[in-house]
Amino acid sequence: MNLTEAIKVSSRALYKNKMRSVLTGLGVIIGIAAVVALVSLGQGVSNKIESQIASLGSNLLFILPGSTSMGGVHGGFGSVNTLMPSDAAAIAAQVPDALYVSPGVRWVGQTVYQNQNWATTILGVGSSFPMIRDWPVAEGNFFDKEDVDAAANVCAIGQVVKQQLFGGIDPIGKIIKIKNLPFKVVAVMATKGTAGFGQDQDDSILAPYTTIQKKVLGIDYLNFIFVKALSSSSVDAAQNEIEALLRQRHTIKTGSDDDFTIRNVADMLSTVMNITGLLTIFLGSIASISLIVGGIGIMNIMLVSVTERTREIGIRMAVGAKRRDILLQFLLEAVTLSTIGGIIGIILGSILSLTTASFIKIPVKVNILPVVVAFLFSFSVGVFFGLYPATKASKLNPIEALRYE
Amino acid sequence: MSQGTVQSSNDTVVKVVGLKKTYFLDHIAVPALKEVNMEIPKGSFVSITGASGSGKTTFMNILGCLDKPTEGHYLLEGTDVSLLSPDMLAGIRNGRIGFIFQNFNLLARTSAMENVELPLVYAGVPRHERQQKALELLEMMGLKGFDMHYPQQLSGGQQQRVAIARALVNAPSIILADEPTGNLDTKTSYEIMNVLKRLNEEMGVTIILVTHEHDIAAYGQRIITFRDGLVVSDTVGP
Repeated sequence: MNLTEAIKVSSRALYKNKMRSVLTGLGVIIGIAAVVALVSLGQGVSNKIESQIASLGSNLLFILPGSTSMGGVHGGFGSVNTLMPSDAAAIAAQVPDALYVSPGVRWVGQTVYQNQNWATTILGVGSSFPMIRDWPVAEGNFFDKEDVDAAANVCAIGQVVKQQLFGGIDPIGKIIKIKNLPFKVVAVMATKGTAGFGQDQDDSILAPYTTIQKKVLGIDYLNFIFVKALSSSSVDAAQNEIEALLRQRHTIKTGSDDDFTIRNVADMLSTVMNITGLLTIFLGSIASISLIVGGIGIMNIMLVSVTERTREIGIRMAVGAKRRDILLQFLLEAVTLSTIGGIIGIILGSILSLTTASFIKIPVKVNILPVVVAFLFSFSVGVFFGLYPATKASKLNPIEALRYE
Repeated sequence: MSQGTVQSSNDTVVKVVGLKKTYFLDHIAVPALKEVNMEIPKGSFVSITGASGSGKTTFMNILGCLDKPTEGHYLLEGTDVSLLSPDMLAGIRNGRIGFIFQNFNLLARTSAMENVELPLVYAGVPRHERQQKALELLEMMGLKGFDMHYPQQLSGGQQQRVAIARALVNAPSIILADEPTGNLDTKTSYEIMNVLKRLNEEMGVTIILVTHEHDIAAYGQRIITFRDGLVVSDTVGP
């Protein structure tokens, strides 16, 4: 018997037991749908976090005061005040791989425009900050080096702040109050979106770091330094040069820990990608369990089917079916069930992940790889769980099978 | 007991030499066929009778290549089938043997035509040719117009005629009919027997019939009686 004939025989047997076939296939449908949906959603979340981190700026390095472990004690970042504006100036002057350097301080508090007020983050930064963060100005002009040197009361506001304080009014040239000090709005930043971990970058105000240091915070140290490396290939070199320079400036002895921490976006990205990748695999594996349960369902029904159809097997053997004909017939039934279940599962899983994605606003796209893997997996489930019942059928003794009631 | 090659002449369809079959139930040997020698010429109509337990069913299973003898040789048209593998036996059943059973053994929820086609499916005959042949045979069996009926929609006699059509479809060397009238009423039994008789007389089909009913056995030209695994009488019929 050739393959097309065998496929015809098998699909007809499945068609004759519609309800049973549907219920048996349901196990695989649910399993494959779960795998496809969870893997797609996992990848969607992964992509979103990736793009958010990338939105921090390319080739970006952060320098934070304090070390991840100082003398065996894990201090939080910013718990020491070792980072000074002169460090930033030294990096700008002496690190050839650093394209832009911006000192940074941070204050969170209330801002007021006339009768409107809004609690937001005020970042004190240098004039090169928009270049470092790849964050263009939408309206007005960003403050320049002179404003920074003079500790001028000027600021640039994010889109959320603009919306909250000004509504429809043009904010350029207006005066807002930060900690009761007047600041002139000189620029509105373009929409930047959420950086990783839910922090909305558009909900912030940028001002010269000197102004924030002296007039708002009353400190002489920095909370962080931003550095943009020349190119993606010079990020590591810049990091090493900065580390050497800062160790020298802070007179840290060989063998002692740094009193600062340098982070680069590429490293953060790869760390997060590792975590989300693991998460996706983990979700996929859990979903695969349901697929195995579905496979056992197929095996169970196929065993029942072989017993029920013992007489049919006997008749087929009597008129000349060889063992492999019977094997093929039952194996094809299991494989047809599992692959059709797989195809329906893929469609269902795709619909599921796309609808869920539109609810939780994550850009999910169903990739071809998990779909192909899911399809091959469903096929193998059919072969694996169909082989035993099919072998059992093919080994029946025709005389006993014919006599079976 | 015969050893080595056994030969049979050209007009002999079945030749059985020193055939023995012993079953083992919990390591106790139970002889079903003790020593059977027989020759059946082409075109015969042979009835095999005997009480239950006489060995006639075992003999039938061996003739039908569903079972293998423990000892001895069975030559079907000169081929020693007692030496063949299960898959080769399946091929012999497919091409050279037609079965007719007491309970018809048609595939349920499968049309009469497809039931008749079944041996040709395993022979690898193309669909169109199969259907044509099946329709011809159904018509010959007086079942024209019943080709799309399912077995459960047919009477016992009609079902058995579908089974006969299926047995004939591969133009086999022998037709083995195992109690073909056992599930039929008297009138239908005679109808079926007349169909078989006509096949034998008009088309020269070799028929081997197993039955325990004397009036049915009487349709055969030759009646062979089994008792305790041995042939006890072999007579030419009335």
